[in-house]
Order: sequence, then structure tokens, then C-alpha cells
Amino acid sequence: MTFTKQKTAAEAIAELRDGMTIGIGGWGPRRKPMALVREILRSPLKDLTIVSYGGPDVGMLCAAGKVKKLIFAFVTMDAIPLEPYYRKARESGVLQVEEYDEGMFEWGLRAAGMRMSFLPTRCGLATDVLAKNPRLKTIASPYDDGEVYVAMPALNLDAALIHVNESDKIGNTLLRGHDVFFDNLYARASRHTIVSTEVLHDRLAVDAETAKQNPFERYLVQSVVHAPCGAHPTYFGPNYGLDMEHLKAYNASATEEGGWQKYVDEFVNVGESAYLAKVGGAERVSKLKLPVY
Amino acid sequence: MTDATLAELMITAASETWRNNGEVLASGITTIPRLGASLAKMTHSPELLMTDSEAYLVSEPAPLGPRAADHVQKFEGYMSFDRVFECVWGGKRHAMIGPTQIDRWGQTNLSCVGPDYAKPKSAVLGVRGLPGNSINHINSFFVPAHNTRVFVAGEVDMVSGVGYKAERWGKGMKSDYADIRVVVTDLCVMDFGGPDHAARVISLHPGVTFDQVQAATGFPLLKIDNLGETALPTAEQLAIIRKLDPHNMRGMVLKGNPPAVKAAA
Repeated sequence: MTFTKQKTAAEAIAELRDGMTIGIGGWGPRRKPMALVREILRSPLKDLTIVSYGGPDVGMLCAAGKVKKLIFAFVTMDAIPLEPYYRKARESGVLQVEEYDEGMFEWGLRAAGMRMSFLPTRCGLATDVLAKNPRLKTIASPYDDGEVYVAMPALNLDAALIHVNESDKIGNTLLRGHDVFFDNLYARASRHTIVSTEVLHDRLAVDAETAKQNPFERYLVQSVVHAPCGAHPTYFGPNYGLDMEHLKAYNASATEEGGWQKYVDEFVNVGESAYLAKVGGAERVSKLKLPVY
Repeated sequence: MTDATLAELMITAASETWRNNGEVLASGITTIPRLGASLAKMTHSPELLMTDSEAYLVSEPAPLGPRAADHVQKFEGYMSFDRVFECVWGGKRHAMIGPTQIDRWGQTNLSCVGPDYAKPKSAVLGVRGLPGNSINHINSFFVPAHNTRVFVAGEVDMVSGVGYKAERWGKGMKSDYADIRVVVTDLCVMDFGGPDHAARVISLHPGVTFDQVQAATGFPLLKIDNLGETALPTAEQLAIIRKLDPHNMRGMVLKGNPPAVKAAA
């Protein structure tokens, strides 16, 4: 039997269960595993707890009513600062939230990856992050200084979704963008990681310089999904930039009567290959200009 | 008479807050703060570190917007987000951001507005890095429209960034690293240098009165002795600003892009 973790997106997502805590890699509208997110939108999954440095991934899952609870520091699409469907969900009061500082969030993922119950930090003290979150507790240093810290609890994930530039069929991955963000920590914090990849190899065999772009070990990966343009419409360096035209239309749909259902009918329910064709195919996506910050 | 705009005056005022900070990462978030940090690095404080706003340290500030065809950005190092966090926790940074709300204690909000946290009237971004920034390193703020919705009467609706409100600080919590420098608005420059960190106006933009600022602020303000005008940009500063912002993105920040000195009525 051949050793492989390759699955279709549908097969990989079918292994998830209602009520799971799912971490989504990337940052805002950058390198989001959108093909996997769209597959969740097509699935019957519900009551999810989503853990994300949020962008349109969070907005779409909120719009589809998939999110019971959001663990986050922000939700934004950068050029469109306010994510319309996150706002709707938040302002309607249906969304349970656990809101953390960006660095506390990292600490929570790190604690989970190290199998710790918490990590201490100064971040969050004297703010409403502490006051609004009954789960959060402080801890005093056992040493002479006696300083009081937030005990940032581990953000243990049932599953993590990550999009990479290259992967082989057993989960050796390469991230070629300017910044790994915290994708490595999502993989470590999770019991089960699904990687989607632009380019799929049988076995990775690269030089030492290239191997430095390997963000985490393959033993952390359970599923590998071949998903070209799988981060669209988010920025995926160095391959393609944000699809502003698409994000503007998505943003505008939130103000239209039945706008979300129209978006779903046009871009989600049609399946991933029709999606790609509708947004102009790999040829157009590959020409989307890289953002200038 | 100057042809400088109010945005350019605010950039110049913002740049002053990075003077004598030493070798720290200067993070100006959004157009005017970023140009302020860039101007500081290009003039009085070349020792400042800056990024390209993505992942690299730049030896010269990156211009705003699409680059000229012959522009080659040089880097002096790397600053991924995890390294930014390490920098924050080590305290080697001075950031300027634009919060949604600021209160009399210097506490800031970027998360949500309204009395009910579970069902906010308006969801904004989330607390982002404010809790960590505010308790670890120097911070300044930028307010493009000075009014009582930003400078609220009571406490901000969701305290995202720490301030000087004693009741918020429990026993053993270290407040020593919290350091709010200035608030640059479209009316004035303020700080929290009064008795018990009370808010003060430290300069008024040309043509603005103290009473006008007070009326646009939800809490009482002090003023420094000999309160004067915010300095106008010099010709040299204007030339640098224009080079750093060739597409005039600064002209789109303030409503109507008004001049620094209002025309006589």
C-alpha cells in the first residue's frame, strides 16, 4: 500500500464533526485556505468554534451560520477594513466571542502546541479582554518579584486548515510567502491538520535553501488537498495578490437583500472548478497584482 | 503664508513624537502616522527602525502606494509578525494608531461600540494588538476627526488599550511600561501629562481655539502654560513628505483636505 495523505477537499472536510474547534491559518485577507473554507460552506457542518486571525474566512462562515463561537483578535480585509458579514453576526448578538490580543492569541496556540494548560503574559491586563472573558484568570509569579500575569489558556484545536505553496502527498510543505504568520503554530496546536496546496508533489526532494521554507513537520499533517488558487480571493504570496474586484462584490453583497444567498449560489454551490472558472481561471488569478503596503 | 495642508501639518506634528526615542521600531499605522514616522526617520531621527509594512526592515522609508518603475526597495533586515510580537514584548517600539474611542485615562477602543458587549451597536476590528502594545511600549494616537464620539465622556466601551485608570490595575500588575506620548488630532496635539495623567492640550493648530477643542472633547482638558500653535511644516519637510507620498494619499485622509492655515473669514 502506498503511503499517502492525499484526499479531495470533500473527503478531508467530511472527517470534521459538528461542534469542533477549528483553527484557520493566514492573517486577515492573507493566505487564507479559502478552498477548504468553501468546502465547509458546502458541507452540513455546524456549531463550529472558529479560531482565526480573521478575514473573509470568518465572514463567510458567519454568513453561512456555521459559527457558534469565534475566538479572535480582529476580523479585517485590510483594503476593506471592516468585514461586513462578521459585523452583521457580531451586531446581531448571535455570535459568542472570545476576544484576545494578537500576541495572547499566539501564546494560546503555543501553549496548545507545547501541551501546556497556559502561558503567562502581561498582555490583556488592565483591559476589558480580561473583564469580558470569564474564562481568563491571572497568576502571580512564584518568585520574589510576585508580578501578576494573565494565564493565557491553551487554544487547543480539533482541526487546523492551512494553505501552502507546495506540499507532497505525505505532508511535507513549503511556504514561500514573505511571512509564515502563525501557520506553524496552528499545525502544532491541532490534533488534526488539513493542508491545501497550490502545487502537489509525490515526494518533496529539494535543496537546503528551499528546505528552510518548510514551516512544520509532516507528522503534524493528516490530510493533503490539491487546491490550485485555493487561497483566492485572498493574497497568496508570491503567486497572486488580493482579488479586489471579487472582495468588493462580496462586500457589496452584504448590503443587498438576499445578497449572501446570491453569492453562495454563484460562487460556492457550483463547486471548486466552476468557482475558479467564474473568477477568471488560473490565468487571471495568477496575474492578480501583489499588494503594495 | 504656507501652502501646507492640515494633513501635512499633522504629519509634521506626528513626526515630533518619535524624536529622541533611540533605536526603536517606529510603527505609524495608516497614512498620516506612517508619513510622520517616515519623516522622523528621514530628518531628526535616522536611528529609528521601520518596516515596509509587510515583513522587512527598510533602510529608507518605503513610499506610499504604487512604486515608480525605477524604485528598488532596499532592506536591512527581516520583521515578520512573530518578530514584531517579540519586539513588542521587549518594549522596543513606538506605535501610532487611530483608535475608535479614547477616554480621559488614555484608554483606547478598537473593538466595538455600544453599551452591550454581547450585542454591540457597531462592531469595529477587534482589540487587535492594543492590549499588548499599550502595556509593553510607547504609544501615540491619531484622530482625523476630533469630536465627542471619539473622545468619550465616560470610559471607552471596550477597553482595548490600557491607560492610567488606577482601578483597572490590580495588585501586582506592572504598569511601568505603559507610556502614552501624544494624541495628534485635526484640531490640536494633546498628551496625558497633567496631574494624575490628566489630558492636556500642548499645541493648537493654526486658527483653532482651546474652547473649540474643549467643546469637541467629552472630558475636561487642561492646557500647558504658554499654549502655542502647532509648528507649520518647513519647506524641507514638505519636500520630503511629497516624495514619500507621490500619489497624495495624505490628501484623502481629512474631509475636504483643508489647508493648515484656514483662510481668513
